[in-house]
Amino acid sequence: MIAETDIGLAGMAASGILVAVALAVSLWRRLGLERTLLWACLRALVQLLVVGWALQLIVDEDDPLVFSFLWLIVMVLLAGYTTWKRATQVPAVLPLSLLAYAASAIVTLGVLFGFGVYELEGRTIVPLAGIVIGNSLAATVLVSRRLFAAADDHRDLIEARLSLGLTTSEAFQPDLRDSLRTALVPQIETTKAVGIIALPGAMVGLILAGVEPGEAVRVQLSVMYLVLGSVATTTAVMSLGISRQLFTSAQQLRRFDTSG
Amino acid sequence: MVGPFELREVVAGPVEAPVLRSVSVELPCRGITALAGPSGAGKSTLLRLLNRLDDPVDGTVVWDGTDLRTWEPVQLRRRVGMVFQRAPVFEGTVLDNLRVAVPGLTTGAATAALDRVGLDADLCDRVAAGLSGGEAQRMCFARAMLTEPAVLLADEPTSSLDGASRRTLESLALDLAAGGTPMLWVSHDVDQLRRLADHVVVLVDGDVAATGSLVELDVHPDPLVRELVGAS
Repeated sequence: MIAETDIGLAGMAASGILVAVALAVSLWRRLGLERTLLWACLRALVQLLVVGWALQLIVDEDDPLVFSFLWLIVMVLLAGYTTWKRATQVPAVLPLSLLAYAASAIVTLGVLFGFGVYELEGRTIVPLAGIVIGNSLAATVLVSRRLFAAADDHRDLIEARLSLGLTTSEAFQPDLRDSLRTALVPQIETTKAVGIIALPGAMVGLILAGVEPGEAVRVQLSVMYLVLGSVATTTAVMSLGISRQLFTSAQQLRRFDTSG
Repeated sequence: MVGPFELREVVAGPVEAPVLRSVSVELPCRGITALAGPSGAGKSTLLRLLNRLDDPVDGTVVWDGTDLRTWEPVQLRRRVGMVFQRAPVFEGTVLDNLRVAVPGLTTGAATAALDRVGLDADLCDRVAAGLSGGEAQRMCFARAMLTEPAVLLADEPTSSLDGASRRTLESLALDLAAGGTPMLWVSHDVDQLRRLADHVVVLVDGDVAATGSLVELDVHPDPLVRELVGAS
């Protein structure tokens, strides 16, 4: 099924010519990006080599799955930390994002493995978990920031609804809906555009590696739906959790320092 | 008729810099009780305690003999309505706005609610964001009245309106009060105070400087109090 596709060191070096093109553009137009470009390419090279080496350790069928699950846990922890760093002003963002990523991994991977879409093995757990968590990160940060900002920007409207005797969830519902839509719509648009505007990376990678296009499409589809499901799950958990943080038990909108 | 609000040694506002400092006062729920005083005196802070949009840092607020903390906030807020300084207009039509207070409100009931505040029935289908300042504030009164509150809190509801709209809302307030909905009205407009107030509570620098009828406060020994109630 998979053809012998190995671009080798020479091939990799040749693809580096394209970096030289980018460098040439930077020099030609005096963009001053040469150091940044080289550093980015070097970082990507080292990071991927390390990940490739580490993946090699867990994809062996003889290796116990516990290493794959440990890797998954590390990914969840790092994603939670990154979310916290990008949205420090949001209350309880660290525990909530850890919960959101864990819930997303359980739900989406549970469906994929539970229904036998993929075999439960090291070769599948880590890459799929990487897709789930990596693609949810931006949406999770976005929904966290937007919900927090909405509570401050629309305080007058939220308190007006509260003063009419609405519950906190009713009073915050319009802002919750807008924030969730903002986080989800880009992913939905990406899903819609697949195959027309852009050929997605996973599919291109599989085809380049020699997989039949039909099979590559099926894998890509499952990945797209996986991403959609994971983004929906993380943003839903985050929005519910943050909404609860924004109000007191007496159904009052808390005041926060929004300068951070 | 409902009993008064009573503040007992209430401290409110940010813990590090309280706006109200150990305030004890009774606010009658009959006619229109005005909260007067200079900006920053704590009028709005006090008003927000009465329907528990905020809780005091210390002390107790009692309404009709019951500690407010024993009320379910949602139930309390439907009994103690509130209108704000800047009319908060929700998205959608005027009817949509009214239905936030009473989901499923019929067009007939909405028309009656608008009529009560002197707005045309035609406005029901108008996008609420397109209302003038005066119309929007009257719609907010109509919306607040739909929950049939026992008392209505008004936090400087006319401060951003022109003279004609201000007079219209004052007439509305007097009509509502005469119709059995007592109001607690925050204002630092002395002329308005004299047109509306049956009872006045004067706040200065986070404490109560005086309370009483205009007749009583017109002869108050403190000249600042007399100035704040517009005594001639």
